[in-house]
Amino acid sequence: MILVINTCSEELHYFEFVKPVEEVLRSIKVECKVRHYNELQKKDLIAAEKIIICGTSLKDFQYLKDLKKFSFLKSPDFEKPVLGICAGMQLLCLAFGSALEKSREIGLTDAFFGEPFFSIERKAQVYSLHNSAVKQSKALEKNFKVFARSEHCVQAVKHLQKPFYGVLFHPEVRNRQLIEEFAKD
Amino acid sequence: MKTAVLFSGGKDSTLALDYALRYSKVKCLIGIASENPESFMFHTPSIEFVEKQAECAGLPLILQKTKGVKEKELKDLKAAILKAKKKFKIEGIVTGALASTYQSSRIQAICNSANLECFNPLWQKGQFELLEELQNRKIIAIIGGVFAQGLENFVGKRIDQKFIAEIKPLVEKYSINPAGEGGEFESFVLDAPFFKKKLVIEDCRIVEAGHGSRILKIEKLKVVKK
Repeated sequence: MILVINTCSEELHYFEFVKPVEEVLRSIKVECKVRHYNELQKKDLIAAEKIIICGTSLKDFQYLKDLKKFSFLKSPDFEKPVLGICAGMQLLCLAFGSALEKSREIGLTDAFFGEPFFSIERKAQVYSLHNSAVKQSKALEKNFKVFARSEHCVQAVKHLQKPFYGVLFHPEVRNRQLIEEFAKD
Repeated sequence: MKTAVLFSGGKDSTLALDYALRYSKVKCLIGIASENPESFMFHTPSIEFVEKQAECAGLPLILQKTKGVKEKELKDLKAAILKAKKKFKIEGIVTGALASTYQSSRIQAICNSANLECFNPLWQKGQFELLEELQNRKIIAIIGGVFAQGLENFVGKRIDQKFIAEIKPLVEKYSINPAGEGGEFESFVLDAPFFKKKLVIEDCRIVEAGHGSRILKIEKLKVVKK
């Protein structure tokens, strides 16, 4: 079972940022369970084989005020595969000491992959929707390998030791195979 | 949250309005009347009747005219959104965007610059799922115009289970989107459970619009009590 974590502070945003991820998983017959991070319980994390942390809207920054709710990510014994999408990637990187910077991308963007990231390689068109991005810095590179960048910012990372993946773009809109590959990997 | 719904009077924006009414406080509708029938942004063959639909829904309507010139029409959309923000103190915009990144990213950018939330509750929804949801939510819509081969006989017909069954074999045969996302057809809503009144077409005719396109020309439309 994959635990899908909702980061949206407005209920109406669930349909835009979480449900499409659920639909991708359902289309490949992978069981999933959705929890908002405010309702997340230890038993949810124990029951999950993998975790996807979804994104939220351009104007929603509440998740940045609730970083403590994601402290499980930096627990030394937490090793389950995690895919962070947009806000989810930011939360992953923030948990390991990275910082954010202002970076706005809205719509289709070219991302350049230095190495294959799941099956995406070289140049790929991705769908971006963000006002901030993870800053490329020593703090980021201490824990994560950067796999892709767009003209403006880091687009894909993987933790150096743990199976933690982050994408700033929205694979539920373009590049759905990334979610499928993470789910089946 | 106080919202305004971008409303064309078709099935998608009406379903989006249905979501908005359930999850926010809808203060008004925003309708864009484009003079360009080939606009990339606004598909509104029956825009002249949007005022009557807003009356049925019991919601104020901000109607903005645009010449429909690419990108310039976005300025007209922004002007309408800012008008709604000023008049009704809205905090967010709700759209019926389904799959078009062209449309949605432009509306997202406008909302972002206007410091408004943008909600797209139908985003990435499957096309047959959308057609089924219209039935489940009891939204009564008809086909207002067809612009693709194989759909000629659907003009004026109701989008119901019979329509869903009839369009299924055409999806592969003609490579069409069953919910008309590729501009294959336009829809027009006559009634919904949240409408306080409903619309009745009293007089109409089918007009050939060239290249196999057909439009339902509504001559007389009446608002009636439910």
